[in-house]
Amino acid sequence: MKLAIKLAYRNLIGAGLRTWLNVIVLSFSFVVIIWMKGIMVGWDHQAKTDMKNWEIGGGQYWQENYDPFDPFTLSESHAAIPVSLNDEITNGEIVPSLIVSGTIYPQGRMQSVAIVGMNPHQSIFMLPTEKLDTTTSAIPAIIGSVSSRNLKLNVGDYVTIRWRNVNGMFDATEVVITGIFSCNVPSVDVGKIYIPLEKLREMMSLKGEATILTFREEQSERPEITGWSYKNTATLTQSVDELIQTKTVGQSIFYAILLLLAMLAIFDTQVLSIFRRQKEIGTYIALGYTRREVVGLFTVEGAMHSILAAIVSAIYGLPFLIWMAKSGWTMPIEASEFGMAMAQTLYPVYSAGLVISTVLIIVLVTTVVSYWPSRKIAKMNPTEALRGKLQ
Amino acid sequence: MENTSIIKIEHLTKSFPMGKSKFTALKGINLTFGEGEFAGLVGPSGSGKTTLLNIVGSLDVPSSGEAKVLGESIGSLTAKGAARLRKEKLGFIFQSYNLLAVHNVFENVEFPLLLLKYTAAERKKMVMEALDWVGLTDKVKSKPPQLSGGECQRVAIARAMVKKPSIVLADEPTANLDAANSHNILQTMVKLNEELKTTFLFATHDEKVINYLRRKIFLKDGNVDQDEISTN
Ligand SMILES: Nc1ncnc2c1ncn2[C@@H]1O[C@H](COP(=O)(O)OP(=O)(O)OP(=O)(O)O)[C@@H](O)[C@H]1O
Ligand SMILES: [Mg+2]
Repeated sequence: MKLAIKLAYRNLIGAGLRTWLNVIVLSFSFVVIIWMKGIMVGWDHQAKTDMKNWEIGGGQYWQENYDPFDPFTLSESHAAIPVSLNDEITNGEIVPSLIVSGTIYPQGRMQSVAIVGMNPHQSIFMLPTEKLDTTTSAIPAIIGSVSSRNLKLNVGDYVTIRWRNVNGMFDATEVVITGIFSCNVPSVDVGKIYIPLEKLREMMSLKGEATILTFREEQSERPEITGWSYKNTATLTQSVDELIQTKTVGQSIFYAILLLLAMLAIFDTQVLSIFRRQKEIGTYIALGYTRREVVGLFTVEGAMHSILAAIVSAIYGLPFLIWMAKSGWTMPIEASEFGMAMAQTLYPVYSAGLVISTVLIIVLVTTVVSYWPSRKIAKMNPTEALRGKLQ
Repeated sequence: MENTSIIKIEHLTKSFPMGKSKFTALKGINLTFGEGEFAGLVGPSGSGKTTLLNIVGSLDVPSSGEAKVLGESIGSLTAKGAARLRKEKLGFIFQSYNLLAVHNVFENVEFPLLLLKYTAAERKKMVMEALDWVGLTDKVKSKPPQLSGGECQRVAIARAMVKKPSIVLADEPTANLDAANSHNILQTMVKLNEELKTTFLFATHDEKVINYLRRKIFLKDGNVDQDEISTN
């Protein structure tokens, strides 16, 4: 094997330009695949972190009727907070929020909105709820930057909100925008307006009630509480995994095409070199190789393209990948249009596993592609190979 | 005589498929070679010289009959067994040198020793000795494309001889060389034959080579026509 590697190396270097063209094409696959996969891992990481920071904390209890995809359930999805959680709520380890459906009238237009009551002193979410801690003539409210753009509302603007109270009657009041936050999680921003929890409870006559209870820390295990269903962060971020999964499938097709092109080049080189180097093959056999060993020799030679490519990739790819991880990749399209937690600039994250598995897969595929045409050698007649007359 | 015979060919035939029929290139050859011979298969083109040499070299197998080389029956060797025979006991010299172009002179000569797993120190010593035999110690770093035809063939001789094989098989070794170079390499081979007792078996129709042979086996249409042993 050592001899085969030495021979393969000399033959490849001896082949000059042809080798380097193959190696560069192949190294391109290495770098692009690792980069794109790194972006996906980085995105997954960023999306989950953003969700934890802005929306789900370390897990939640949902009032059992609450369904974020069905706004009509909102009128039913509230209940008194279980007394067993009082301590944790008092010391801020759990933040309750109440969600009701309402309507907002910016500049006389009408738009439905979820009104979220949130404790101004909470410190689990990055929401600037301290901006709700003011006394004004109207109820203070904060909204996200996308909502601000859509509703044409800025800090200091007054706007009417309307909701249906417990008696089923419509009620209305004025709120004043005291803060606008910018956040990558669309569901935190779009269609939501945040006001102080106690104010909302008052408006709804739902004293001591909540829709969602959010934990600060990731919970290992929580007891069942009747009327509430526990959701850990894995469940709550499942949609991210699913979306990334579908994106990954799309990317895999791209990787396959990229690899296919590189493999075509390797395959072509192998076929040509087996045809052109018949005399050399015959010579190896005359010197004491079996034909199978010569097949091995040519396979190692082809496979070595991928090793050289890995080295070349490291030379120019490493600085590129590190630079990318540092300065991030700013997407050419508007991130907020993605409908999921996605930052405009993504920072790729490369794990050892990612790099190793990419290298292993490429080396393996190259080996197979090199072996395939080399099998022909096993059927060659050594005397004809020596004469170099095979077709 | 019997116990020193290292090649023994009996009733050997070799035929090649030719379309629907077959072409018989060797038609019942009987030959015995002893240790240290300097012999050649001589004959016109197509008489079967290369075919016979290839069978002795375990690169091909007989269609019928027997070819025993160093006690091994060529027809019944496995691929591995044949490869081992070539690796350990046989040296080849070809008309077109067949050097490995990406390797320098030293590496070309070293190659058979790598297959035989000699240590680096042993290899160095043996390669330099072999290059000394052919007078090329000053070209160790050159690559084959930079050498003349005569030099290439001398490297090929060094490569064939470096492991001190029992038998060297040389198919038209002078066909690409001018007269001066032909004499030079033939003298080298005669010297090695005398010093190392290596058996040389040629296939040739070159008069210059024939003049050096101590035994001339004339082949004609796949048969041994004459077997001449010089007495001097
Ligand atoms: N693989 C093969 N298939 C078919 N016929 C072959 C094959 N090898 C050799 N022959 C035929 O066998 C005969 C002997 O060939 P061989 O190469 O042994 O001749 P040779 O004496 O070495 O001739 P030359 O002096 O031209 O090298 C020739 O007629 C040749 O065409
Ligand atoms: Mg011939």
